[in-house]
Parts: sequence; structure tokens; C-alpha cells
Amino acid sequence: MAKKYTFPMGGIHLDKHKTTAACPIIQAPLPAIAVIPIKQHIGAPAKILVSKGDKVKTGTLIADADGIVSADVHSSVSGEVLKIEDVEGASGYVEKMVTIKVEGDVWEPEIDRTPEIVREINLTPEEIIAKIREGGIVGMGGAGYPTPIKTTIPERKKVNLLIINGIECEPFLTADDRLMIEKAEQIIMGARVLNRALGIQNAVIAIDENKPEAIERLTALSKLYVGVNIKVCKTKYPQGGERQLIRAITGKELPSGKLPVDIGCIVQNVGTTFAVYETVLKNKPLFERVVTVSGNGCLHSGNYLVRIGTPISDIIGQSGGLATDVEKIILGGPMMGSAIVNTNAPITKLTSAVLLLKGDEFAKHEPSACIRCGKCALVCPAGLRPFAIKQAVCCNDPSETLRRLHVGDCIECGCCAYTCPAGIPLLDYCKIAKQEIRKK
Amino acid sequence: MDDLIITNMLVLGGTAFAAAVILYFVSKKFAIHADEKETQIAEILPQANCGACGKAGCADFAAICARADEKAFANLYCPVGGAAVMQKIARLKGFSTKDKPSTIAVLRCQGNCQNAPIKVAYDAVSTCRIAHRISSGQNGCPNGCLHLGDCVKVCKFGALRMDKKSGLPVINAAKCVSCGACVKVCPRGLFEIRPQSPDGMVYVACRNKQKGAVARKNCAAACIGCAKCTKLNDQIKIEDNLSYIPATVDVGEFGAKLQKICPTGAIVYKEKLRG
Repeated sequence: MAKKYTFPMGGIHLDKHKTTAACPIIQAPLPAIAVIPIKQHIGAPAKILVSKGDKVKTGTLIADADGIVSADVHSSVSGEVLKIEDVEGASGYVEKMVTIKVEGDVWEPEIDRTPEIVREINLTPEEIIAKIREGGIVGMGGAGYPTPIKTTIPERKKVNLLIINGIECEPFLTADDRLMIEKAEQIIMGARVLNRALGIQNAVIAIDENKPEAIERLTALSKLYVGVNIKVCKTKYPQGGERQLIRAITGKELPSGKLPVDIGCIVQNVGTTFAVYETVLKNKPLFERVVTVSGNGCLHSGNYLVRIGTPISDIIGQSGGLATDVEKIILGGPMMGSAIVNTNAPITKLTSAVLLLKGDEFAKHEPSACIRCGKCALVCPAGLRPFAIKQAVCCNDPSETLRRLHVGDCIECGCCAYTCPAGIPLLDYCKIAKQEIRKK
Repeated sequence: MDDLIITNMLVLGGTAFAAAVILYFVSKKFAIHADEKETQIAEILPQANCGACGKAGCADFAAICARADEKAFANLYCPVGGAAVMQKIARLKGFSTKDKPSTIAVLRCQGNCQNAPIKVAYDAVSTCRIAHRISSGQNGCPNGCLHLGDCVKVCKFGALRMDKKSGLPVINAAKCVSCGACVKVCPRGLFEIRPQSPDGMVYVACRNKQKGAVARKNCAAACIGCAKCTKLNDQIKIEDNLSYIPATVDVGEFGAKLQKICPTGAIVYKEKLRG
């Protein structure tokens, strides 16, 4: 057996719940009305280009990136713009969104809709980055950092390795797994496109050992492509964290406050890589993504290819409707995702899953006092002391104290809260602490 | 034998004298001139050290009072001790005394169980600042009270309590010293320190900036920005679908009228609460 890569510090083993791993990706039906947020990324909201009454096609640019840290937004449907105003998002807070009434499905003519895989790359790195920017691509693993910035190497920095993150360590999620099985060659081509943009020769696709089919497919294909290697990682949460993955693959520890590019690495999610392939070689901007619908409250769980802007309620209806005893709906994985209050909110570029959970699937207990067992510190993959952070937050300690506890290194994986025997929601305190130090 | 005694006496006596001389000059050089006024003022102050005056504490406030001239003194105010304490200090300093209107904290939200029924359950940590971060809240209003009582925990004077029935904090007018701790702690800025006129006070008890229909969907007592109140008095302004009644509006004349005209009951008119 070949060596399995992992990170040494902290981490936990979770029940996998990957019941949808064998479900092929199904194209979800078009919504009647699509609501597209103009900010689906980190940074400034995009500038709206359309106005009420405009006709748009699938793939039409509807909002232009405002500044460098921003991303283009495209229409995911064809039809008429009904309104552009503040609409309640998944958290109940309002965001600016473009509402489009769907009429048919007319795509922009330049999008290559043929199923043939393009294997030729004749573009210069600058052209590739420009195309990635025009495609509105952001990190689809969840952070939503605009991809063109990540692929533009700052001056005096050198990158020597591209890591494609196919770990998907959160329970329930299988969107990336299915993508790797069904679009293996496209992902490899996407990796080659990114390689060319970065001016390097080799890429590593890191896959969790619990995805045997994806490993098999990609290993067989990688033999045909020089410079693409498959590395199998141990199943451990949060193996898919950027820092943890770099540590596992390269053996290098990313210092506090440094970016992966500082030690010569770039990490891209497989979903992002596939989107890069589609936008650069097929001229198809990012307007649909694979979403896993699962959980014990879900009747027909599966993986759906969903147009961005489709209301979550549509997707729930697609998977058999909302059972009466579902108590929690989570966007994203159960560890890092967030429970939502509004099912009319749309699927965005960052929605990897919709989980419908019954009461017995999630912990519900009143937090009791900390017993100082230190388990949270033991499992923290960033080597922090969550109990001390909680104490500092509760006592309203100055941000200097929080900074000394290196709260900024927290990756919000939730291992501490998961493992706490007293049921203290340590992650919430860490998130507050991160906010506090950002304030000053 | 005698020599030894005399030598000892001389050495010790000499050392003691030298030390006394040094101590005398050192005490002269490093003497702290305690201002008599300052100590007197400090004695008058409530010694709550709450920082409500905006200074570091009562000692700091006393020092600033002692140094202030008449003009600067007019801007100083101890919200805890109120006008009574300020008058005493003014008398001590020999300044003329003027009444400042008494102030009180008001809650600008009426999102109780009847007006804003709970739609989603919240089961994370019960502090408002975490709940505010996660979602718009149990009743769906993104600007309304979260019912978790951070304000009650922060109030040093026991002037706030959570009303179990309505889920909203209730202000005890007799105990509130308008220190402003609740104003600072509320993540949604629902508290406001308002002056009380002899006729009471009138204010808009809502902070929802959504459009009328949306605001109304979540809460029956939301300000819908209908602008009816602005027609009564031109000091009242609508901004972001939300009306604000400045404290300068004559409560005696407009209070009851404003309350009557508001279609949702977002305007609250209270007659004088505290003497």
C-alpha cells in the first residue's frame, strides 16, 4: 500500500454519512424565477449592468467585478429581469439580488455546449487569467476568494506546486466526489490550464482514501498526462483545510499569517478546477454547480447540477419535499456550514450542499461549565487553545490578548466544539474573537 | 567599653541625621499636591466608576471638574448622580447652577411574541452578539430585538430585566441612570438615551430599515415609513424607510397626536416616568 498523506496535529474522525456517493449527478430542472445575488464572493459586490425589463440569456454578464477583489456574476437562466433590489438571503439579512423570470433556456452563442473534451491549450498565461476573471470564478470550496487573484503570482514570489483539493472531508458532501468520477478528464485538463497560468509543470490531485472510485478513475487517467499526480490522503477531518492539505502533501508547515503562495503552493478545489476548465476551454462562465442534497430528513437524496439563483425550496422540492420533522436546514457541510432561516434564498456559487436534518442528527444540549480537560486544544488542527479563547471572549478581554492566543489562525473547522464534552459552542466564541481582532 | 558606646551613638546618630536630611528633601521634591477641591468633588460623586461620563472613572472626572472653568464645566455631566450631584459640585466651585433635563434609556423595538411571532428556533449560545452574527433572528426582523438579554447582563444598576411574556427587556425608570452601557452592548443598536421633558417622551420604537411591506411581514408594530408623522411636525424625518423623532419635538403638543396617527403603533408616547 502506498503512503497515505495526512497532517500531524489535531483533527478528528467523523461518521461519513456519504450516502449519496453512488448517486450520479442529475440536472435539476430550471426554476420559475431565479434570484441571483451580486455578491457571492469575498470582496466588493459586483456592479450591476442590467436594469429592470432587460432580456438576458443563460451566461449573460449581469454584474461586473468592482475592483480587484471582486468577481463577475452571470445570469444562470434566460428570461426577463423582474427587479433589482434587496432580498432576504439565507441568514435572513437582506442582500442585493437580481430577480429573473425564466423564459425558455437560450444560451449565449459563444458557449461551447458540445460534450467533447478539449485537450488543447493554446492560450498564454495572461489570456487564461483574463478568461478566469471573465468567467466569474471564485473558490468553490466555501471561502469564495476570487480565483484570478489566486492565480496571479505576486512579484518576487515563486510557485512550484499546484494542489487540487479533492478531499471533501466534511460528512454528507459528495458533490466533489461525483465530479471527480464523472468529469475526471475535465478536472485534469482544468489542472493543466491552471498549471499553464501559473507557469509550472506539475500538479497534485489530493483525494481522500474514502473515495475509491474517484481515485481509480483519476489514477488511470493521470498516467496519460505528464505532470499530474494523484496522492491519496488519510480520512481525517479537516484534511481538506488549505493549511492541513499543504502540510500533508509537501510536509511544509505554513507559518502563521502567511499565504500558501509564500511557500510556493497554490491550492484549488476540484469544483473550482472544473469551472476553470469550462470557462477557459468551453467559454462557459460559472452559472451552475453541483449541490449535494442529503441528511436523514431528505426523502430522495442525491447530487444535483443546479443553476445558481435557484431557490433552495425548489431543490428541497426536487428531492421529495420537506418532511414535517425536519428541524434544521444547513447550507454546506454539517461542520462548517450554517443553518438557514429562509428557504426562499438562492443557491450561490459557494453552496456545496443542502442538508435536511431531523432532531436526532444534531447535538442539542445546554452547555455546562468547562472541565478543563483540554480536548479542544488536542484536536485543534491549528494548535490553538479554544478554551482560553472562550475565556478571553467571555471576559471581554482586549483584542491584544486574543491576538496573543493567535485567534487569527483559526480555520473555523469546528473540531473543538464537536469534541467538547461539556457541549460548549467553542467555535462560535472563536468566530467572535476573530471578528474582535479584525475590528482594530 | 565607653568608647564603643560613644562610637555607636555617633555612627547611628549620624546615619539617622543624614537619612532625615535626605528624606526631607526627597519628600519636598516628590510631594503630591492633593487638590482639596478634587477630594471634595470626589466625595460628592457616586463612586460607581462606571465611565458613563466618558472619563476613566470618578477620580478622573473629579480632577477634570476641579480644573474646568465655567464654560468647560457646563459640558461635564455625571449621568449617574444626575443634576443633583452636578449642582453640588457647581456650588462648591462657585458657578451658577442650571438644570439639565433628566435622561433615560429607551428600547426602540416592540417585537414581542404578539407583534413578531417566532418563526425559527435558535439553539446556539444565548448571547445576542453571536445570534446577531448568525441570522436575522427568531422572528425574522434583521433590526429587531434578539431576546437574549446581553443588555440585562451588562446593566450595573439593575435597571433592566427580561420580560418573560414579551421577550423584550424592560427598563426600570427609577433605577436607570442613563449610563449608556446597554446602548454600547446591543448589537442592533436598539437602545437610545433620550431626554425626558416635563410632558414625557415620544419616540419611534422601531429600527427596521426594510420597505414597509417587508418590515410589516415580520412585525406588526414595525415602522413602515408611511411618513404620516412627518406631516405633523417637520422636524421628523424619514430615512431608509424609517422615521426618527428628534428629542426637540414638543412632547406636550405632539406626543398624543403622533401616537394616534401612527398606523402600526410604532410610535410610543410615554407620560413622565421619573420625577
